[in-house]
Amino acid sequence: MAKTIEKRKPSVPERLQDGLNNAIDKTQGSQAWASIFRPGSIFRKGYTDSPRNRSYVIMNSVLYHLHPVKVKRHAVKVSYTLCLGGLSFFLFILLTVTGIFLMFFYRPTAAAAWADIATLQTSVAFGLLVRNMHRWAAHLMVLSVFLHMARVFYHGAYKAPREFNWVIGIILLKLTLLLSFTGYLLPWDQLALWAVTVGTNMMGFTPVFGDQVRFVLLGGNQIGAETLLRWYVLHVLLLPFVIVIFMAIHFWRVRKDGGISGPL
Amino acid sequence: MTEIPEHLLKRSQSARSNAAGGDTSDAPDASDDGQAIPRALLEKSQQSGAGAVAPAGAGGGVATLAPPLAAGPGGHTQRLLTVVKSGSIQDVKSKPADKVHTWPHLLAAEFTAALFITAFVLLFSIFVNAPLLPLADFSNTPNPSKAPWYFLGLQELLTMFHPMLAGVTLPGVVLGVLILAPYLDRNPSKKPEDRKFVISLMTIHLMFWAVLTLIGSFFRGPGFIFTYPWDTGLTGIFHL
Repeated sequence: MAKTIEKRKPSVPERLQDGLNNAIDKTQGSQAWASIFRPGSIFRKGYTDSPRNRSYVIMNSVLYHLHPVKVKRHAVKVSYTLCLGGLSFFLFILLTVTGIFLMFFYRPTAAAAWADIATLQTSVAFGLLVRNMHRWAAHLMVLSVFLHMARVFYHGAYKAPREFNWVIGIILLKLTLLLSFTGYLLPWDQLALWAVTVGTNMMGFTPVFGDQVRFVLLGGNQIGAETLLRWYVLHVLLLPFVIVIFMAIHFWRVRKDGGISGPL
Repeated sequence: MTEIPEHLLKRSQSARSNAAGGDTSDAPDASDDGQAIPRALLEKSQQSGAGAVAPAGAGGGVATLAPPLAAGPGGHTQRLLTVVKSGSIQDVKSKPADKVHTWPHLLAAEFTAALFITAFVLLFSIFVNAPLLPLADFSNTPNPSKAPWYFLGLQELLTMFHPMLAGVTLPGVVLGVLILAPYLDRNPSKKPEDRKFVISLMTIHLMFWAVLTLIGSFFRGPGFIFTYPWDTGLTGIFHL
């Protein structure tokens, strides 16, 4: 009555599964793979959820290492920060990406600007959608930066040692407004022209240098073709360049001043 | 010679006076001369060691244990000389904080927030188109002409006051006070109940601009005359 042990032949799906696992093991064990994914990457061979790997995830990523390895427990509460600072930054990234897309289809001349936008909306794949996203994300960013300022104020988070980071924050708020305002003119439609006319007329009331500043910004006494080029360069190059520098200081100081502020 | 820092001088002085005070009150032992361990410390160490270590009467701040009867390996004997609590001799500046790993606790929340805002912008953009009015025309001024919404508060002010006041003085002062807020607000407390004045001031300030912006956005019709949005219709007076 000997029990015969039958060696079952593996079925086709099982063999496929084995082959796949083998291939994954080989790939993850290769030198090239190990050189690309640093320790702590979830794609690395033998990744496990351990405190050591959790630290590596932050330390070994160029994107995440803006963060400290550990943060105060209250700092991860969404109800404390409402994510407003992070969302402002994320919207800036979203605006950069959609903005680069728009730049492919836009010429900042009085003769071409409006027609380029109209063509973008009707003849370019996803052109209308991306333009909409750029517009609404811009308004949303102004709003989120405002709300971020209010949140920081009500928490008293501008107090020592974070006084100077508040000052940088106000500069960032002004730069955000300027970025939005310079972008306002670019479609070169009736809304853009007259909104910017009203806005820059207010600028002229500034004593002593108000008229000079207005002249430099407009490239003349009135809005014209020169204004469009100037505001385009301001919008896509100069102001983003400046705001990125200030954002870098802002984020760096958040860490240097002791991380996110404590609970009330 | 460099000068000894003031706080060190103060500390040594207070330590000296403490020791002296302990000596004069009930100088227990002549052999305690030159003993620099403050009384409070001494008592603490004795209390902590009271259970396991026999309190030494004349030990002078050193809780001693009698040498064990049996010798250790190699004929050596161990002797516990003193137990000093770390808290009494170490000045720890930063208290251990309650911390969690950034991954996954913070990154997961950030990632979720980013996803939600992207989804929101995407959906909103699918259903609502950005305005594109007719080509800019210098000879045709639309009525009403409005600044972008975040400048409408300022435009509203300009309808009420002299440009010098509404366009320059008031925004300048507000911006100056705002940027200097951390230096003007000398109150070190972050608790809302200690900051009633500042919080009220900021709330009034924010509401001031919010109301002006809302009036400018929805209640100003042709000729910038006060109107109700249900009379004029939103499309005529409000653009983003």
